[in-house]
Amino acid sequence: MLLNSLLVIGMAAAVTYLLRSGGLLLAEALPRRGRVKQFMDALPGTILVALVAPGVYQAGLPGQIAALATALCAWRSGNVLLAMVVGMAVVAGGRYLY
Amino acid sequence: MAASMMVAGRRERLRAGALATLPVAISVMAYGSVLGVLAAQKGITWQLLLAMNLSIFAGSAQFVMVEMWHPPLPILEVTLAVLAINLRYLLIGASLQPIFAGDSLLKRLGFIHLVADENWAITMAAHRRGAATPEYLLGGGLCLVTAWSAGTLGGHLLGGLIARPEALALDFAFLAVFTALAVSLWRGARDLPAWAVTIVLAVLTEQILPGKWYIVIGGVGGALVATCQSPTVAEAAAEEKAPCC
Repeated sequence: MLLNSLLVIGMAAAVTYLLRSGGLLLAEALPRRGRVKQFMDALPGTILVALVAPGVYQAGLPGQIAALATALCAWRSGNVLLAMVVGMAVVAGGRYLY
Repeated sequence: MAASMMVAGRRERLRAGALATLPVAISVMAYGSVLGVLAAQKGITWQLLLAMNLSIFAGSAQFVMVEMWHPPLPILEVTLAVLAINLRYLLIGASLQPIFAGDSLLKRLGFIHLVADENWAITMAAHRRGAATPEYLLGGGLCLVTAWSAGTLGGHLLGGLIARPEALALDFAFLAVFTALAVSLWRGARDLPAWAVTIVLAVLTEQILPGKWYIVIGGVGGALVATCQSPTVAEAAAEEKAPCC
């Protein structure tokens, strides 16, 4: 059992590490110009948007209002921590009221 | 990025990354305690849990692993599930390439391990300001692995630190922090088509496919839209000046 446990953790760790390092090293081999550059430059933003979009969609109206408040606060203040606290406060308030 | 911008020393850069990650690390700890409780219920020892934290260091993959933890362990199925959930790290790793420009292979291979969604996003936002370095990324990673381990082991040994993180909106902390960071990655109106396509693709994929495919499909689909746009004047000029080396 212990051997199997270590094996399954080792496999998961190897796969995860290969993905992380593989992405970094493959990007090195790509040319940094033209459409590849456009793709790579757009990627951080689109990954981040893809990361949040379903969660915000499913969070219902309080979550969507909170996400909007977070985005506005981040936009106006440039302060990520403040924006996070504002978003959480709106959600907590919304859940309390519901 | 010009070397002259990195005036601060190694230690300061590590600390800056760790401090920037601290607020979201609190939520990471709370969710870690939930995982710790689940792991204890499955009979996973705290030593194995710690080994997972340090060697895998990927929250959602670890949740799925613990969920699938029934003897005899389905090693192949677990490995494939982890591969599918963590496929996004291929993109995340690729997007970190500019931050490691000029660094040795050993440094890349060492630093890339402690990359999670949270410190990656914070580092990419800092990169926009010209403040991102590999040490900044690693500082965030060290902060997260500490919080994650403290949370999971705390939950395992003492029970859940916070029984229902949702009541304190701690589940929303992740969405809030990623939303705020996305705002700082916004490059203006030209991002609108790509981001709109990303939102549609991610929301639809999340309804259809399990795991984290929505991040991969939404992220790649949106970035492909960006390649269909003609490069801006600034981009074209930068390309003229800096031929590929």
